[in-house]
Amino acid sequence: MSNTSATASELLAKMNSGEVSSEEITAACLEEIARRDNSINAFLSLQAETALETAREVDRKRKAGEPLGKLAGIPVALKDNICAKGATTTCASKMLEAFTPPYDAHIVEQLRAADAVLIGKTNLDEFAMGSSTENSAFKTTANPWNTKCAAGGSSGGSAAAVAAGFAPLSLGSDTGGSIRQPASFCGVVGLKPTYGRVSRYGLVAFASSLDQIGPFARDVTDAALLLETIAGKDQRDTTSLDADVPSYTKNLEQPLENLKVGYIEHLHAEGLHEDVKAATQQALEVYKSLGAELIPVELPHAKYCVATYYIIAPSEASSNLARYDGVHYGYRAKQFDNMIDMYAASRGEAFGDEVKRRIMLGTYALSSGYYDAYYLKALKVRRLIRNDFEQAFQKVDIIASPVTPTPAFEIGELVDDPLAMYLADIFTTSANLSGIPGVSVPAGMSQNKLPIGLQLLAPPLEEERLLRAARMFERETDWHRQRPE
Amino acid sequence: MDYTVIIGLEVHVQLQTRTKLFCGCSTRFNPDHPNTQTCPVCLGLPGALPVLNREAFHLGMKTGLAINCEIPSFTKWDRKQYYYPDLPKAYQISQYDLPMSQNGWLEIEIDPETRETKKVGIIRAHLEEDAGKNSHDESGRGHDSKVDLNRCGTPLVEIVSEPDLRSAQEARKYLEELKLLLTYIDVSDCNMQEGSLRCDANVNLHIHQENGETIPTPIVEIKNLNSFRGVEQAIEFEVKRQWEAWQETKLSLHDVPKETRGWDADRGITLEQRGKEEAADYRYFPDPDLAPVTVTDAEREKVSSELCERPALRRNRLESEYELSAYDAAVIIDQGLAFADYFEQVAKGCQNGKQAANWVTQDVLRELKEKGLEISSFTIKPEILAALLEKVERSEITTKSARTVFQELINSEESELNAASVQSIIEDKGLAMVSDTGALEAAVQAVVAKNEKAVADFQSGKQAAVGALIGQVMREVKGADPKVVRELLIEKMS
Repeated sequence: MSNTSATASELLAKMNSGEVSSEEITAACLEEIARRDNSINAFLSLQAETALETAREVDRKRKAGEPLGKLAGIPVALKDNICAKGATTTCASKMLEAFTPPYDAHIVEQLRAADAVLIGKTNLDEFAMGSSTENSAFKTTANPWNTKCAAGGSSGGSAAAVAAGFAPLSLGSDTGGSIRQPASFCGVVGLKPTYGRVSRYGLVAFASSLDQIGPFARDVTDAALLLETIAGKDQRDTTSLDADVPSYTKNLEQPLENLKVGYIEHLHAEGLHEDVKAATQQALEVYKSLGAELIPVELPHAKYCVATYYIIAPSEASSNLARYDGVHYGYRAKQFDNMIDMYAASRGEAFGDEVKRRIMLGTYALSSGYYDAYYLKALKVRRLIRNDFEQAFQKVDIIASPVTPTPAFEIGELVDDPLAMYLADIFTTSANLSGIPGVSVPAGMSQNKLPIGLQLLAPPLEEERLLRAARMFERETDWHRQRPE
Repeated sequence: MDYTVIIGLEVHVQLQTRTKLFCGCSTRFNPDHPNTQTCPVCLGLPGALPVLNREAFHLGMKTGLAINCEIPSFTKWDRKQYYYPDLPKAYQISQYDLPMSQNGWLEIEIDPETRETKKVGIIRAHLEEDAGKNSHDESGRGHDSKVDLNRCGTPLVEIVSEPDLRSAQEARKYLEELKLLLTYIDVSDCNMQEGSLRCDANVNLHIHQENGETIPTPIVEIKNLNSFRGVEQAIEFEVKRQWEAWQETKLSLHDVPKETRGWDADRGITLEQRGKEEAADYRYFPDPDLAPVTVTDAEREKVSSELCERPALRRNRLESEYELSAYDAAVIIDQGLAFADYFEQVAKGCQNGKQAANWVTQDVLRELKEKGLEISSFTIKPEILAALLEKVERSEITTKSARTVFQELINSEESELNAASVQSIIEDKGLAMVSDTGALEAAVQAVVAKNEKAVADFQSGKQAAVGALIGQVMREVKGADPKVVRELLIEKMS
């Protein structure tokens, strides 16, 4: 494996043996980006200079035998809704085009402490709202497997960067599938942790009760390594969980015994692509061959997930995005008559259509007279969905399903049909609504040579189980070793 | 036809925490250095998250318990959403349907003559963050408006009363009693000039018809009340205005939505502030960034046990324990906790509550007012004043001499003062009461001999003649007890 296609674990081994330096790896990534990102569009900004400086410093430390962090010298890309001091954090919006946060997100502090090399900020759907990065105000990220196709979203840039050989690791955020779906489209591993497992401090909020930061990687081992670097309680995020962080890499190779894999019989809804259906079926067969028991589970309220999600997420978004009013920072309209007009003009000019659509949905759902029928009702259904999972996990250890109904769609194919785009979230939103961890692992290829992911879900804080189950599957298959041309 | 005035008050009180409600920034009043006490959290920067200040919650509980509220075991945070430049998140973190305290009351005295009291109901008291402060160009030259976010995020407790108040005077009394209580329990300095205590009043009238029906007039919320006097005047104005409006329009509460009017203290009138068409929908919903707070019985009891004796109870106790007049007890309590503590230390030290009350409410208070001092920085500490008054109590010096000593003490450096100071001043000035009857008798003898006319006047029945003679003897013998001198003179002349 070359320096741009190897996994982080392989690169760490190579650096430790002196075969390669962090500077060489970082330079190789930057070269690859320079060479090919004009056709992929994974990055919104690069921190090339500071990345190389960090890489040289890590090389010096490694040479001098000084203590090193877990990710010493590994290039990592950040979704551009995660704040890092000194780099713009645009959220792919005109609103924050010139915004440079004066502080690091909690996970950025963790990455710096682990001696990671922060290489650049990746593209996303504006404020993480979308499933294709087509809602980015600046560019659309292409799928490295087929540049006519979408990389997925909203963390499309981060998924594409790992798939395209631009960075071995990256971080995204997942509010309704925004890590797992692009991971599936781009053929990489993407994990959404338990709500609260990773601090949200410094993640620009979309829907606060659903947002969660998680890793993208080229295999399960790397995902485990990155997760154990960023997870844990942070006093600045009171929703972060005060639970010990186990070493996710430690027992990763140890298969789970008497594993009970749940699968959802009736969710194989209309519109499920034949190739996706086949890949999911084959994955279940792999588990069966490993001695796992396959058990059908009922999630009676799963059919309400998308509806519930599209009440709760826009409601919170309408509130979280109200602060972008042109007064204190961010975009301000050039021409306005008075204060109210300044608000309206600034927001009207700087937000894209999808963001506006969701702000309006959420504002409506929270309005006096509608609150009970929409928001409150959605919270109740959310509780029922959570109960469904609690009951299911009494019978099974993990639940396997497709990530998305189809492999990557073509860029432009769904832009005029937001509802169809929303409905594609059918398999992913349930994990956010119920707060449980989920992972997408490469599990097949469509006839059109596009990757297909398998989603695994586990109970809250069972990331270790989730990762070991994923690793069991990965070891028996070859999908994660495939790289785009 | 007549009417009843219906008033409810909403009071915002700044809690005196060192740091803000959801971040570590200082809460210091610092208008000269705008935007220096801010951070990503209170600036509402993208990605920043609030963390509850436990001390603010603790002071909120103390406030709730002091106004006799229930403290529910579960309370949560809600976002109140509106756009304004002093609110950088475009929502205020507040409490909507589950406040941290509710259903309390505050007792006020409504008639000083009969000493009749009234319990004013308190609907709720909840915690919320303060907004920043906008300042606008008032020169008319169209300069930019400015926003200072130093205050943004300061903890407030909003106390909402029932509409139980029936006059402007009662409203003022309620506010004064509330301020006294909150400063006593040490949750706020209640400084109205600096905005630590702000008040809005909801006012309307119940018009009593001849047929026995009662018609409520439209409710008006008066804002911008920043002094006790302002509250009283604004309500008086509004009552008059509403009565006139009623006679003219006959519009009731059901015909018109609630109106907001601002008090213009300079012109002494209320003015319409917010148009009806802008009736706000705050779209409250639970803040997903903050976990709800649970309160246990043990926590409630702990905070309860920290509460000091409340002013109303202490007022009654001073009256009974030290035999004070209601007036003196009220004067002492109204000066605040430190002053009341001072009084009690003096009273205990000199064993005479009435005497101690006379001195602290007259001599001490006059001195504080003249010099603009707080009792905490008054140089004559309570044990020193008690030592002085004890001398009077034991007839070792006269009250007049005691005033001389008091003046000497005030003029001394604080560092030089101690319990022995009183005795040394008495000695230096020769103010000790003379109990040596030999010296006194000689002086009396001499004065009687010198004043034949006065003696004759006295003997012919003019009692007043003694007075002049007492003065002469006292000049001869410093520190003589005037009562004893009087007796000796009468004895000699009779």
